Amino acid sequence: MLGSGLLQGLGVTAKNFVGSFHDPARLTTTEYPEVKTKLPEAYRNFPFLVSENATDPMGTLRCVACQICEKECPPQCIFIEKSKDKKPDATGKLQLFPAVFDIDVSVCMSCQICVEVCPFDAIKMDQDFEIATTDRFTGLMLDKHALAKPNSYFHEIHPTDAAEVDGRLAAERKAAEEKAKAAAAAKAALAAAPKPAPAALAATAKPPAAPSAEAPKTPPAA
Amino acid sequence: MSAIAATEPFLERAPQLLRDAATGFLPEPWRWLVNSLIAIGVILAVFGTLFAFLTLAERKILGRVQNRPGPNRTPLPFIKIKFFGLAQPFADGVKSLTKEDIVPRDADQVLHFLAPVVLLAFSIITFAVIPFGRHLVPVELDAGVLYFFAAGAATELAVFMAGWASHNKYSLLAAMRALAQLISYELPLLLAWVPVVLVAGSLSTTEIVTAQAGWKFGFLPHWYVFTPWGFAGFVIFIVAALAESNRSPFDLPEAESELIAGHLTEYSGFKYALFFMAEYFGMIALSGMAITLFLGGWRAPLPFLEWIPSYAWFGAKLIVLLLGFIWIRATFPRLRMDQLTRFAWKFLVPLALINLGNAAFWSLTSHWTGALQLIRWAVSLVLIVGPFVLMGRKLSAGVAPRVYRYAPS
Amino acid sequence: MSVSDLSSLGSPGGSHVRAVHDEFHGDLLEVSMGPHHPSTHGVFRMIVTLDGETIVKLKPVFGYLHRNHEKLGENTSYLGSMPYTDRLDYLSSMTNNWAYALAVEKLAGQPVPERAEYVRVILAELTRLLNHTCLAGFLMQDCGCSGTPLMYAFREREKILDLFESLSGSRMMCNYQRFGGCRVDPSADWLDGAKKLTDGYGAFLDEFETLLTGNEIIMARTQGVGRLSPALAISAGVTGPMLRATGVNYDLRKVDGYGVYPRFDFRVPLGDHGDVYDRYMIRVLEMRESIKILSQALAGIPAGPIMDPKAKLRGFRPKAGEAYGRIEGPKGEIGFFLISDGSPNPYRYRIRPPSFINLTILEDMCLGQTVADAVIILGSVDIVLGEVDR
Repeated sequence: MLGSGLLQGLGVTAKNFVGSFHDPARLTTTEYPEVKTKLPEAYRNFPFLVSENATDPMGTLRCVACQICEKECPPQCIFIEKSKDKKPDATGKLQLFPAVFDIDVSVCMSCQICVEVCPFDAIKMDQDFEIATTDRFTGLMLDKHALAKPNSYFHEIHPTDAAEVDGRLAAERKAAEEKAKAAAAAKAALAAAPKPAPAALAATAKPPAAPSAEAPKTPPAA
Repeated sequence: MSAIAATEPFLERAPQLLRDAATGFLPEPWRWLVNSLIAIGVILAVFGTLFAFLTLAERKILGRVQNRPGPNRTPLPFIKIKFFGLAQPFADGVKSLTKEDIVPRDADQVLHFLAPVVLLAFSIITFAVIPFGRHLVPVELDAGVLYFFAAGAATELAVFMAGWASHNKYSLLAAMRALAQLISYELPLLLAWVPVVLVAGSLSTTEIVTAQAGWKFGFLPHWYVFTPWGFAGFVIFIVAALAESNRSPFDLPEAESELIAGHLTEYSGFKYALFFMAEYFGMIALSGMAITLFLGGWRAPLPFLEWIPSYAWFGAKLIVLLLGFIWIRATFPRLRMDQLTRFAWKFLVPLALINLGNAAFWSLTSHWTGALQLIRWAVSLVLIVGPFVLMGRKLSAGVAPRVYRYAPS
Repeated sequence: MSVSDLSSLGSPGGSHVRAVHDEFHGDLLEVSMGPHHPSTHGVFRMIVTLDGETIVKLKPVFGYLHRNHEKLGENTSYLGSMPYTDRLDYLSSMTNNWAYALAVEKLAGQPVPERAEYVRVILAELTRLLNHTCLAGFLMQDCGCSGTPLMYAFREREKILDLFESLSGSRMMCNYQRFGGCRVDPSADWLDGAKKLTDGYGAFLDEFETLLTGNEIIMARTQGVGRLSPALAISAGVTGPMLRATGVNYDLRKVDGYGVYPRFDFRVPLGDHGDVYDRYMIRVLEMRESIKILSQALAGIPAGPIMDPKAKLRGFRPKAGEAYGRIEGPKGEIGFFLISDGSPNPYRYRIRPPSFINLTILEDMCLGQTVADAVIILGSVDIVLGEVDR
């Protein structure tokens, strides 16, 4: 009969009206500034730079200014300048560090490609989305001081990822130490033996921070 | 005004007593003038407040129907307590007052200004004849119903005025739609209440309410909506009232998804708010008239509830009807122009005409009793349901749910 | 010539209707609907010539959202184009990702692990649910509902977006597929969540259909409006639910059988009238089939790696050649055509955007209809301007 569909529709809206008072599935609103939704661990917003130590963020940046992320960034919002001198990195090896590391977050599209291509686990995705500012030129151009955040913060926002990264870095550090030890032993052997062993020389020439084979990340470009 | 018996409950007499205490010392012609001004002031204040909170209620109910809380953040001024957003209407008012009033350069300046004023004026003067309570009739006219609909029909002209004066193509389309809608829906609206006048034997709103007094078997009120023809008339009246007040699903003149805002496209600030106000006043007035004509006016539904003052009953019924309007708006999509007019001319008008005959039959057989009473009900019901089903089938011919086939895999 | 004659002339695919200018009929009215009209789904513009309210001519104008997508793709590495594909049809980034990944995988001869194929199917069908739900909501909004169906659609869409967010990190710009697999392995919790959503979606569709499908006003508004003939649809290259609503059995999931789709049991609903109601209903029925695919895929997802271990992320240089990868997106056939010259960037990067091609026949569907119809016809085409203008 004419109108039965309309009456059914009225029934549905009435059900939803009543349901919005008692059924959590029918009132999904979170009233934002007072109540905040729990962000999923995978949530990503803009990138930040990981530093090992919260007290000395600039001295312990993992970034070695290899400029891979700058090259791979699709909207090209990263600007890096290499340092002139070297500093010891997490594994104790002397590395370059970024003299300038800027990210223009008004251009950044949070695609995470910089994180994926970084061989040093130095850049990670943040979860801070309340970065609105009245000054869009300098307020959204983040330099390395604004970008640097300690590893503990990384643990806080991405615990699984951070634990995996730390484990891998620790393994690498251990491998590097063993390699250094082996190299020292080889050197000692070299000093003892009259002729140099070519294999041992090749081992010392290899970069000590080469990632282990299990790591899903590709090694830095040769 | 009817004489007030001192035996009536105090609350029933309270408005009059209050007024007389204020104006009783004045000489007669002055008293009449001041009393009228007080009535106007009270109507504006009461229905202005109702309008304000109706907008809030509409937004909140729409929100709840759509599973969101609706406006709930506006704090009360100075004390910063968000009392369910109850201060929202006042915030809206301040906003619309402080907004820039933009008049397009090519618009007809005079008409552009006059349209909202005329619209609101015609919406408000319809309140004059509605009996809000036993003793609360602003103006007792012998042809009150006629006056009401004459004033009400003029509102659509103001919509046309707005659409034409704006010098905007969308507004012009809206103006054409508004006129077509006016012509189409004025007729079923009028035909819907003619049976009431026929049975009640009067065009005066007070008389019509008086005719609906009393209860059958002690619990079924003698309201016209509880008769077959009255129910049909009530439904036709409400449908036509929706169209007359440009409410969904008949909000074609301001069809948001088609004509941006229709006749309101070129209005901003307080003029826009006036249109909004007029729409709600029109809706309130038509609901008030529907209550007077079909729902027993200010009468209580059950005898033992008569101690509650009559204006409270009127208010309660009014709010129920208005909530129904909001519920309908939350549910239905909009009709197309040709479907709208076809629905009026091919369905509502014939149905209302048949209903008129039905009411005539009802009033001719008012002396039937016993088994004849059952026959009277049966005939009257058939006279409504039969044409409804037949014409409904014709109207919805070619429109049906479909069965779909699947590709052979 | 009266208006009723006009509407009989303005059959889909017919020639332009010429209105008569004389003292009885008056002038034609040219209205520019858009680019900031409330129901043009973005910044689309229609220059409509009206006789009264009847459309006698309609000229679509696109390009307000042009972002040089294809040229960008030629100047970005293969991987760098992946996040840009999210922004084509921003309601269905997962299927865009998949189509692009498929094209690159064809180009490079890159195999994909089975688990990744299952995950892709699950995500594509979730995207289809999301897209069709949104479309139904938008279409009803165009019909004049005061937001109610749209809000219900968004309520359910939010659940799917939450799943996407917890998997890929972003609600709409997922950037999830990679050449040779997917970026993150969905956890068992995530798969449970997807299963829960799939099981509950049928109930939502039932409620949604109770509100809309049998509604007399919706039927009157949409049935017989914007008819499209199968012949015109085929010659214009229309794909997706719009083509199937005309009764043409063409679903790439069945035709190409890409991914692991041949393993699933599902049907392809077909319409008979090709009008707006058919387009709406085909999408509703497709959602019900998607639920079937989802429950099969979630039950049968194998363990294993999510990425091909040999897949290269950086320094990706496919050998010279060309490839076209296409999948059945929610809006139709979404395809990516790539020519490689062996460098890190594609030599040519071309997209086949379904909503752009489906939109080309808008005038044929709208002639002889009213303004109100044009709005819902546009709504039923299901366009996203990010994809139309690219």
